[in-house]
Amino acid sequence: MNTILDFLGSDHHACDDLFASAEAAVAQKNWDSAREQFGRFQAAMAHHFTMEETLLFPAFESRTGMSTGPTQVMRMEHAQMRDLLQGMQDAVAAANQNSFLGLSETLNMLMQQHNLKEENMLYPMSDRVLGSERESLIRAMQASGSQDET
Amino acid sequence: MSQPAGLSFEQAPQFSLPLRFFLTAPLFLIAAAILIALSPDALASRWTPQVLALTHALTLGFLAMVMLGALMQMLPVVAGSPLPALHLVARISHVSLVLGTAALMTGFLTGKAAAYGSGVVLLGVCFAVFLVAAATSLARAVAGVTVNGIRFAVLGLTLTILLGVALALLRAGWWTPPAIESAINAHVSFGLVGWVLLLVVGVAYQVVPMFQLTPPYPPRLSRWLAGALFALLLLHAAAPVLPPVAARIVDALLAAGILLFVAATLHLQSRRRRKLPDVTLDYWRLGMASLIASVAVWIVAQAWPAWADSDAYPLLLGTLFIGGFAASVVNGMLYKIVPFLAWFHLQAQLQATAGSIPTMKDMIAERWMRGQFRLHLIACVLLLGVPFWPQLGIAAGGVLALSAVVLWINLLSAVRRFIAHGGDFY
Repeated sequence: MNTILDFLGSDHHACDDLFASAEAAVAQKNWDSAREQFGRFQAAMAHHFTMEETLLFPAFESRTGMSTGPTQVMRMEHAQMRDLLQGMQDAVAAANQNSFLGLSETLNMLMQQHNLKEENMLYPMSDRVLGSERESLIRAMQASGSQDET
Repeated sequence: MSQPAGLSFEQAPQFSLPLRFFLTAPLFLIAAAILIALSPDALASRWTPQVLALTHALTLGFLAMVMLGALMQMLPVVAGSPLPALHLVARISHVSLVLGTAALMTGFLTGKAAAYGSGVVLLGVCFAVFLVAAATSLARAVAGVTVNGIRFAVLGLTLTILLGVALALLRAGWWTPPAIESAINAHVSFGLVGWVLLLVVGVAYQVVPMFQLTPPYPPRLSRWLAGALFALLLLHAAAPVLPPVAARIVDALLAAGILLFVAATLHLQSRRRRKLPDVTLDYWRLGMASLIASVAVWIVAQAWPAWADSDAYPLLLGTLFIGGFAASVVNGMLYKIVPFLAWFHLQAQLQATAGSIPTMKDMIAERWMRGQFRLHLIACVLLLGVPFWPQLGIAAGGVLALSAVVLWINLLSAVRRFIAHGGDFY
């Protein structure tokens, strides 16, 4: 994988899979499994946000000089998603199915339109503007993943 | 906020901008339903003033109304390119679409040239403003299969409007265009297949995988389908000058292309990762089933001229396509878009935490959406009988009106919750 679009785009899909598993477990009121699946999903999301906020966005901002544009909107949506994730964590801890499914439906819409904007616009543009820096940035993002797991 | 072309992340336009379209649309659905219920005798042929008026209430007042509002909302997200002068475009196109559709309906019902004339002028203004803005946005858009589908749909809309204006001038007695029958056929096929279906196709590429987490559409299909269908429509419109064999092949390919889209959509939905009950999914499936039925009814007409020449055939085809397919998909989409926007704007305005505001699911009561779906389904089934037993129109129109009223109440309930929690609508 040598483009940001491939690397972070496939991470979106990995997050989607974890999301679907967690939501399915909640739908079946299988709470032990739900807590475990949700934990994995939440960790994957946190890692994805961190890769973008600490590595990709600063690189994009310094290359383009745009620090108030697209990355700012993306950060804002990350904050909205973190808040929904927090609510989902509370719901799964309290075994509150209604609350979880209301929040998960909302998160899915927000997350999917967010991913669309990134995959259609921000990632391809990053691939273009970062040039030679791209490879090292992807390596740094990969490395941040293995650190999280240890 | 100014961004380089193709990278506009400007957040969604204010809540009231698309909502004015979405909240007006059910009113035209109610108007169409009342016409059906009040004049069952007029439902025996597609050419009666009532049927022409109610068809345009459905296509312009309901379908185009929602689709224009949704495109204004969606283009920044899928294409990275909002419409220029969005607020002005929204205001002008909304007001002129409402008044223009009402005037055109009046024209059909009364036969008064002044009503046709003002309808044509108002609708001309509406679509000229919208199409120029949409074309500007699409020219700057980030390429992709959805943008590609929307481009062809907008082209289809342009041709539909040009043909529609010509036909209205004819009806008003001001101008007699040549080849009237071909012009009407082209107006209908560009409007329903070129604009409505291709827009649904383009939007489906994004929303079908997104709502239920299905695999994506096969790229080989999504890349060429919209363009191929559009090219076939052009050939279909030229059928009178084509050798009969060629026209047959064009029609067969058109049917095959539509069925391919339906098959792909139903297959992807069967492989969805989110298996929770979802009223929008049910609406999509009803829409896809109706589209299959439309193609079947149309194929029978190609093979059986007596059926093709009957009064019932075009009415049945129109009911299946407009009511069963297009209205269902649009209705289902409203149940995702409106609750999401209500939540999104509330959250953004109040900077509220997740527990302190309603979620998307709280915006419209599930039971009420489910109930409205059942009413819509019953209305569709009853409407299918109307071409054969026009008296059924009283019941069909009644149920359709009730369904439209409940749809309106449901959409309003989202706005009411938004305001009750401190949201600023304007």
